[in-house]
Amino acid sequence: MIRFDHRADRSLRLQPPRPPVGNPALGRITDDVARPLDARPGLGWCACFAAAATALSIGAACVSYEIATGIGTWGLNRTVGWAFDITNFVFWVGIGHAGTLISAILLLLRQQWRTSINRSAEAMTIFAVICAALFPLIHMGRPWLAFWVFPYPNSRGSLWVNFRSPLLWDVFAINTYMTISLAFWYIGMIPDFATLRDRAPAGLKKTIYSIASLGWNGSHRTWSRYETLNIILAGLATPLVISVHSIVSMDFATSILPGWHTTIFPPYFVAGAVYSGFGMVTTLLILTRGLMHLEAYITHRHLDAMAKVMLLTGSIVGLSYGTEFYVAWLSGNVYEQATLIGRATGPYAWCFWTMVSCNALAPQALWSKRIRSSIPALFVFSILVNIGMWLERFVIIVTSLHRSYLPSTWVMYRPTLIEVGTLVGSFGLFFSCFLLFIRLLPMIAIWEVKSDGLRAAGASVGQVPVSHG
Amino acid sequence: MASAYLIATFADPEALVGAVESIRARGFKIYDVYAPCPVHGLDEAMGIRRSRLPYVTLAAGALACAATAAFEFYAAVFDWTLNVGGKPDNSTLAFVPIAFEMTVLAAGLATAGAFLLRAGLFPGSAPKLAGPPVTDDTFAVALRWRPNAFDTGEARRLLIESGATDIRQTVGDL
Repeated sequence: MIRFDHRADRSLRLQPPRPPVGNPALGRITDDVARPLDARPGLGWCACFAAAATALSIGAACVSYEIATGIGTWGLNRTVGWAFDITNFVFWVGIGHAGTLISAILLLLRQQWRTSINRSAEAMTIFAVICAALFPLIHMGRPWLAFWVFPYPNSRGSLWVNFRSPLLWDVFAINTYMTISLAFWYIGMIPDFATLRDRAPAGLKKTIYSIASLGWNGSHRTWSRYETLNIILAGLATPLVISVHSIVSMDFATSILPGWHTTIFPPYFVAGAVYSGFGMVTTLLILTRGLMHLEAYITHRHLDAMAKVMLLTGSIVGLSYGTEFYVAWLSGNVYEQATLIGRATGPYAWCFWTMVSCNALAPQALWSKRIRSSIPALFVFSILVNIGMWLERFVIIVTSLHRSYLPSTWVMYRPTLIEVGTLVGSFGLFFSCFLLFIRLLPMIAIWEVKSDGLRAAGASVGQVPVSHG
Repeated sequence: MASAYLIATFADPEALVGAVESIRARGFKIYDVYAPCPVHGLDEAMGIRRSRLPYVTLAAGALACAATAAFEFYAAVFDWTLNVGGKPDNSTLAFVPIAFEMTVLAAGLATAGAFLLRAGLFPGSAPKLAGPPVTDDTFAVALRWRPNAFDTGEARRLLIESGATDIRQTVGDL
């Protein structure tokens, strides 16, 4: 009698008939993200890049002229010595904060909707911090001596930098922020570089991806450590991002100028930074999903969530405006009161009221689900946020400085063409970098989208749902 | 050094985790698992210990914090005192922000560096692939063959029963 062998039977039955070995849902994610990198740029991308590069050239010309001639070419040759320069600096640092919030804080809070937008938000952080760092550098007048801000042994004694100065804290905060953001961003891209390396045909691209992927081979022992590393970096970046804008606000708050000398500044600046950053992320993502045809990955759900964050932070900013006035009244400090009343009724009142409309009133429209789900409405709103938050820094800096304690220092300030050109140039730099990024690097974290897809699929075998708007 | 490996590929991560569990339950050692993304539950299935990276973070952070605070104190109090607005030489609270920033910087960079070092990742390092699709859409389990390491027939049977789509033997370096 022939004995029936269960094992042999089972192994025969289980010989899989399916020819493709891999998981089709995972392969589709790779294809969707990598395809735009292989294709030629579309007309929309080229038009945007031409505009950005033009703006960048204008900025480069203005900065060159300013450095060659002197900082008198800026309209800062008066008591309003911080006007455009620090306004732009604070504006760009603030923009960066949304990227860290999305990549680090939402990772710690396990908000999985962040996965398809976090890579581009981190990129935005880095480009925004570059733009920000440029302004103090230009403002020095002699940017080649910028290394003087670091405490290094020197032939002057050594004469050390002043560790009590918030401006020096700023140097350390911005440099740390830039370095950690860059490390976080690059480490996040290593597995994706490996994915691109293994699908690229032999050639220059494959060589570049090979170098950038550092020999990544998808080992789970490495993945396990990699996840620990990501959590640690997120845990470090979270207090870091709060410290950065708190320190930026201390540039103002530790001075004695009415309108600046306020303890509310650190939280108020952090909320404002997140608000403006989400405004910029929304602008960029609405443009990107159209330009790169990634509507399946950057969905209405993402835009809706970002609109809610803007509603929250915009309301905090609005509350802060009110609190500033309330505290000025409560303190009985006539100088503080005069400055704040001057903001709302003085020569720069139009700036103040535009700011209040954009930052405190406009976000209230986002209570409506219809507005949150309309892409044109959100796009217009995100531009309003950017304008409002730029004006906020302008209002804080200029209205406080143009009417300080001594009436003899009272002046009016208006930017020169060079200053406006430099601001235009910083937008050009930012958008040029971002447009190159979406063309050259995987702008959606391939491995994170796959991982989330698998987690969401749970028990269902081989079915990885990708969220479709 | 080249060794012989038994490599089983999977399309479904659930099956992969099941395969790893049954292989280990049988007493065979898993050499490694290759995946395009981290797979939930695989750490437990493979019996991977908790990473020691947080100790690097703590050590680097504590060291940088102490060193920065000490340097600020040395520079501002001993080496060259500066009277700025009549503030005390030892303005300890004012030294906090920079010490904090340096803590974060050193802890972050040291942890990232330790990770790259431990994982053997550096520019120019040749990837040791269990098969190119493991960075795209496929999962792979590798068992290293050694005399008496495992019964090949039994391992194949376990892998096929767990849903492997392909099993092959290779000699190479993983």
